Order: sequence, then C-alpha cells, then structure tokens
Amino acid sequence: MAAIASFLGRRLIKSVFILFAIVVINFLLVRAAPGDPAMVMAGEAGAADQQYVEQLREQFGLDRPLYEQLGIYLADVATGDLGYSYRQQRPVWDLIADRLPPTLILTGCAFILALTAGILLGTLAAMNVGRWSDTAITVLALLSYATPIFWVGLMLILLFSVQLGWLPAFGYETVGGGYEGLDRAADIATHLILPVVTLGLFYMAVYARLTRASILEVRDMDFVKTARAKGLTETRIVFRHVLRNAILPVITFAGIQAGQLVGGSILVETVFAWPGIGRLAFDAVLQRDYQVLLGIFFVTSVMVIVFNIITDLVYSLVDPRIEVA
Amino acid sequence: MSNRLAYLRRLTASGAVAAALLAPAALVATAAGPALAQEQVQKGGTLNVIVQPEPPILVLGLNQQGPTQTVAGKIYEGLLRYDHDLNPMPGLAESWEVSPDGLTYTFKLRRNAKWHDGTPFTAKDVVFTTSKFLPEVHPRARANFSHVESIEAPDDYTVTFKLKQPFPAFMKAFEVSSAPMMPAHIYEGTDYKQNPKNSTPIGTGPFKFEQWVKGSHIHLVRNADYYLDGKPYLDGIYFRVIPDAASRALALESGQVDISQFNDVEPFDVPRLKELPHLTMTTKGYEFVAPLSWIEINTRTAPLDDKRFRQALAHGLNREFIRDRIWFGLGRVATGPVNSVTPFYEPDVPQYEYDTDKAEELLDEMGLEADGSGVRAEITLTPMPYGETWARLGEYIKQSWGKIGVKVNLESTDVAGWVQKVSNWDYRATNNFVYQYGDPSLGVARTYISDNIRKGVMFSNTMGYSNPKVDELFAKAAVENDPKQRGAQLSEAQKILVGDMPVIWLLEMEFPTFVNKRVHNAVTTAIGTSENFADTWVEKKK
Repeated sequence: MAAIASFLGRRLIKSVFILFAIVVINFLLVRAAPGDPAMVMAGEAGAADQQYVEQLREQFGLDRPLYEQLGIYLADVATGDLGYSYRQQRPVWDLIADRLPPTLILTGCAFILALTAGILLGTLAAMNVGRWSDTAITVLALLSYATPIFWVGLMLILLFSVQLGWLPAFGYETVGGGYEGLDRAADIATHLILPVVTLGLFYMAVYARLTRASILEVRDMDFVKTARAKGLTETRIVFRHVLRNAILPVITFAGIQAGQLVGGSILVETVFAWPGIGRLAFDAVLQRDYQVLLGIFFVTSVMVIVFNIITDLVYSLVDPRIEVA
Repeated sequence: MSNRLAYLRRLTASGAVAAALLAPAALVATAAGPALAQEQVQKGGTLNVIVQPEPPILVLGLNQQGPTQTVAGKIYEGLLRYDHDLNPMPGLAESWEVSPDGLTYTFKLRRNAKWHDGTPFTAKDVVFTTSKFLPEVHPRARANFSHVESIEAPDDYTVTFKLKQPFPAFMKAFEVSSAPMMPAHIYEGTDYKQNPKNSTPIGTGPFKFEQWVKGSHIHLVRNADYYLDGKPYLDGIYFRVIPDAASRALALESGQVDISQFNDVEPFDVPRLKELPHLTMTTKGYEFVAPLSWIEINTRTAPLDDKRFRQALAHGLNREFIRDRIWFGLGRVATGPVNSVTPFYEPDVPQYEYDTDKAEELLDEMGLEADGSGVRAEITLTPMPYGETWARLGEYIKQSWGKIGVKVNLESTDVAGWVQKVSNWDYRATNNFVYQYGDPSLGVARTYISDNIRKGVMFSNTMGYSNPKVDELFAKAAVENDPKQRGAQLSEAQKILVGDMPVIWLLEMEFPTFVNKRVHNAVTTAIGTSENFADTWVEKKK
C-alpha cells in the first residue's frame, strides 16, 4: 500500500510539471495557426469593415502582446479559471462541463463493448485456431478494422433508422420528448446504440486481434504445459493461465485508447450529431476559439495523465511481478 | 415586374430540363401563397429545422451569420419585410412614406407590438437601434445609416429618417438581418457585446427563446402576445445542429427534420432527395441575398493584372458544366456583377462563352509562349474552404485552365487561413460568393470601388481593382433619386466591369430549400426560411 501511495505522490508532482509544459506549448502552437477568431467571424459575417475586426480583437484580448496574453492565461489556469469564450458567450468550464458527459458516456460504453467483445472473440479465435470460427472472427475483425468509421456509422443509420426505423439516427436524446428519470435514461440508451457500435467496432477488432495473437504466443509455453499436465480443465487453463499472461499487450493498448477517447470520437460525434467534446474541439479549431481549444487540451491532458497512472496500477494488479515505480 | 419577366425568360431559355426542375418549385410557391389562405390552417405542432453550423450567439444585432439569422429571425424583427420581387411589406412598421426628393423616410410603427419581456415596442427603440446600437456593432448597418443626417421620433409610433442626400437603396436597409430592432431598455448605456442578457435574447418576433442545448438544439416557443391575431400558428420550433452533410440528408429523408436551407444539403444529394414523395424543393427565398459566385483574382501582379489574361481564363471555363455537373443543375450562369434577381440587372454585356481557341488567342496576343510541357503561365488557386463542392470546383478549374496552358497549383486552407490570405491580398486566385442585399449600391459596388481597397478586411475590394470611371458611376448611382438615370449609370458600370473582368463570374447561385410536405408557408418572402415563420403551419401527423 505504501508503495502505491508514494508512487501516486511522485506521479502527481511529475504531472504538474508536465501540465505546465503542455499549457505553454499548446498556447504557442494554437497561435501558430494562420488567422484568428476575429478573422473567422469576419469571414462568416459576409460583410465586414476594419472597425468590426478591431472591436472583436479588442474584445478577445488579441490586441495585447503575445507574452502578456500567455501570462494572463497561465495565471488564470493556475487559479482554475480556463477563461471565457467570447464566441459562445460562456465560460470555458461551462462549455466543457456540458459537453464532457455525453462524450464520456459514448466512449465509455464503446470502450467496455470493445474490450469485452474483443477479448472474448480473440480468445475464442485462438482456442479454435485454424477452424472456421477462427476464420470468421478474423475476417470480421479485419473488416471492422479496415472500414472507415464514418462509413460504418452512415450504413448503420441507413439500415436501422431509415430502412427499419428501429433506432434514432442522431442526437443525444429525443428533442422535445420531455422524458424524466428512467424514461430519459432509456431514451438516451436507444440513442447510444448506433454510435457506440460504430465507435466500438474498430477497437473491438484491435483487441480481438491482439488477444488472439498474444494467446497463440503464450499457449505453448512451459507453464501452460505444466498446467495441462496437472489435468486442469481447458477453460480454467485459458482464463487462469493463458489469458492472464496474454492480456498485458491488450491493457497497454487499452491505456492508450483511454487517452485517445476524446480525439477518436470526433468522427462519430459528427456523424451522429452527438453533442460531445470532440465536436466542440473540432469547431474550436476551425473557429480559432483559442480559450475553448486550450481548455479542452488542458482537460484532456489531465485525463491522459490519469489514465496512464491507472494503466500502470492495473498492470501490477494483473501481473504482481510488475512493480509500480 | 421586370424581375419576374427575366425569371420567365430564363425559364423558357433554360429548356425543358430546367423547366421540369423548376415547375414543382413554382407550384409550391403559388400554392403557398394566397391560394392556401382558404385551406384550413391548423394550429399547433412543432417544426424541426436544420441549423448548421451552430450559431455563436442569437443576438442578431451583434452577429449576422446565416445560421444566426435562421434562428434569430424568428425572435427579432425589422421594420420591413420584402416579397420575392423585393417590394417592401409591413414588418414592425405598418406603413411608410418616402418624400419625392428622396430625403425623408417616415415609418408608422405598430401600436401593439411588445418585447418578449412585456415592455412595449416604441419609436424610442427604433431611434436607439439605428442611431446608437447598429452603427457601433453592425458593419453593414454602419454603412447604410451613415447616409442619415438625423433620426427623429415625433411621437411614440412615428420615426423619421432625414438623409444627407438621396440614397434610394435605403429602402432595402430595413430587413431583419440588415437592421434588426433591438430593445433600448435592455441595451441602452451598456457595453452591448458584454451584456449579460445576450444569452437570453429578447425580441418582438412571433417566437421566444426557450432553451439552447449547445451542440444539440435550440428551442423557441410561441409568443402568445404576438401583435398579429392568432399568429404564429406553431407551438414551437426546434433548430437541430447536425454537423455531417450525409446525416442531414438522412434526417430529411427519415422525416426527423422538416426543413433544410442554403448548403445544408450538398448538391450531389439534391437529385436523390428531390425524388422523395414527402419532400418538396424550392429555390425561392434567396432573392434578397442573391448570392453570386466568382473566381476572385488578385489583379496586382502579372499576368493577372492584364485583362486579356483574365478574359482568357473566363473563356477557358465551361460554366454550364460547372452548374450541371458540380452544382447538379442548381443556379444560373452569371453574366456579370449583378444577379438577375437584383434590380438594375443589365443583360446586354459582353459574353464569355467556353472557347479554348479564343482563350489561346488572347494568351498569344499577350506574348505568353508555351514552354516544353505546354505551360504558358502558372498560378496558385486557393479554393474556398466551404465544403466538398468548392473543392470539386477547384479541381475542375485546375483541369480546365491546364488545357489552355495555365498551370494551376491548388492550395488548401481552412476558413481562418483563407480569410487571412484573401483579406491580406496574399493570394493569386480564389473562389468566393457574395450577397447583393437587394440593391447594387448595397451589395455590388462595395466589391469593385477603389475606396474599398482595404487591407485586412474581408469582402472588400480584395482584388485591388481600380477604375475611376466605375468609381464615378457607382458613386453617382448611389445618390441618384431618378430610377431611370440610376439605371443608366448602373448599366454602364456593369458593361465596363464585364469588359475589365476583375473577377470571373460563375453562377447566380441557387440553394435548395427542402421542406416536408406537411409544412405550409415555409418560404413566403425574399429571405426564405430566415423569415419569422409567423404564417407557417404544419398538418397534424396522421
């Protein structure tokens, strides 16, 4: 226990420095893109004059020198203030707080689906290696891996929403449905199915292939032979001995995926008009909404750091030989 | 009237295919007019309308982007509205009068209009909006109202504008996005852009702001206190944010949304959606903005500074092909700087048909010799980053001009980068489309006059074109009170411009508005679905 506490302590201190560097680098990177929010708004307005652009710059605080802007931003972030989006007329925290939960629900469900289905299918394929079920699973995985996510999404909408009319095509919940409590949860759940499957299929394929390959590598090792010689049942061998050793690469990849949750969901959020943070980030890039973009970078950086720490902890749980350090 | 004639002429001229395409639209337009008044109007029900991209803010005085207007056009109102021929109709002003010398405009306001918070709408609001609010924050209104000498309110329901000199286009300055009336009691004496009430817009329109779930939808509800008896008919409107074009088409197809407009639907989806039995399509409702697309050319550097080169480029493009294959039949080939639905359109100008021989002749005349690989000149084209279709256009231009020996390098950007490049004159050629706002003095002159060559400002004369004669004609026409003289001046300006070719005009753009058949009166005026929807109603779902 003490080892874990000191591990967490050290990682937290490191994280603060990493975060500081991330904020500064992001700030400079974002500014390196051509154009600024005033330009975008002028471009969208269809008519503009000098005064309009200057007013916007002044309002956004873009008329000050860059180092001054950076100083102000760092001081704000240090006090937990991510700034204000003049474009959207709301504090960045509010915008993120509104858009983060739908993304977490979507990617969380997709993550669980991908991980469980992927590991199960991969194991199944490895146990039946060379037989038709192995081939079927491999082909399915290959197809899901190779098909562009947005296309899968559109095809699912075409089939299940337009043709069959079973599931809603897009959105987070029925707009104007006025559902409360459990009804609302059920409503959101029906809206979740298609985007979760769309997003989950890709990662499911990855996990299935990783698991299969990894099991095939482990299953002929000496300790498995020993287990088999002891007369253990095949299922017990697979789950207690083989899978436990084979799962490490999957965990590594799952850790990476968890860190990418936000980025990976942009396409799915766009196709399904899902009001998540991926789209917020995408729009913020196009609109050069600096404060929002930096805010999202900050929040996602924190998430990545947290997931990394969790992944390291999970390693040591699955395989006690690995020590947290 | 002349517009309608021109419209009919075009209809016959563009042949059977175009007629077949337009016929359903024309039927809808007449059906949606007075004929339907007899049909039983059904009250209640809600509409689902696509709004894309999500507007940044709903206060129309502070932001006039298309999506803002789609939503806020139901909340805010202008003094006037305009029919499809751009004739003024009552809005917040019940009647109006223009003095014969063209210097005094008097508006009589509605007596029973109220702001959504219950405060009566009066002349004080009009004076505040037009003399203080808009001139400070609205670039177009700032220009329009700069012609005004004084604004007075003799009583609570009368407003008089006295102009410095005649400015006939002034009559077109009162449409809802050009001059949305803003509540003085909320904004007077505050910093308009930072006003905390900006998140809950207060207007006089038939619908009130209810809720905005960012990234998902905006909900407006019926204004029970609206000044027109019994209107609006709808209980509410949901504006749905759907970022993906394919998903938007599917949403229309499955009936989850009722209305799409502007470029909600990509041109390649139009033929398919038009076949669907539950949808109608119209291209009416864009007469006020009357978008005109062109290839913008930076005329500051050789060889683009030579008008023969620009003419050669014009001859090197097949604009019928662009309309039929890239825009899938939407639009009309443009003949010059004024859209044919805009007043003072001049059809009798030099024509630039597709003719590579003529193009090569012009290039020969300039002495541009082809090198070993057949290249006479090389330019960079920065396609407009507004979606697929513009990218396709860029590829077509590259291919076409390649045939006459002009090598095109495509350079891609996003919106912010594009605006920065074009407004700072850091480009050679690009696509653009610009609105006309109902009068050449409002939406046309600005792009071609020398006064408007201003670095860093988008939608100004970014080509750097300068012709003193054109400047003079546009300046005279702006303040000419006699329509006949004005017409002559504007015609001459158009002829000179088409000869000089500061830009290569492509299409008078038409946007497809798809409307579910259960929706009636969706498009009734020159601003189409940006109108306030007071007259719109839906059939109950059976």
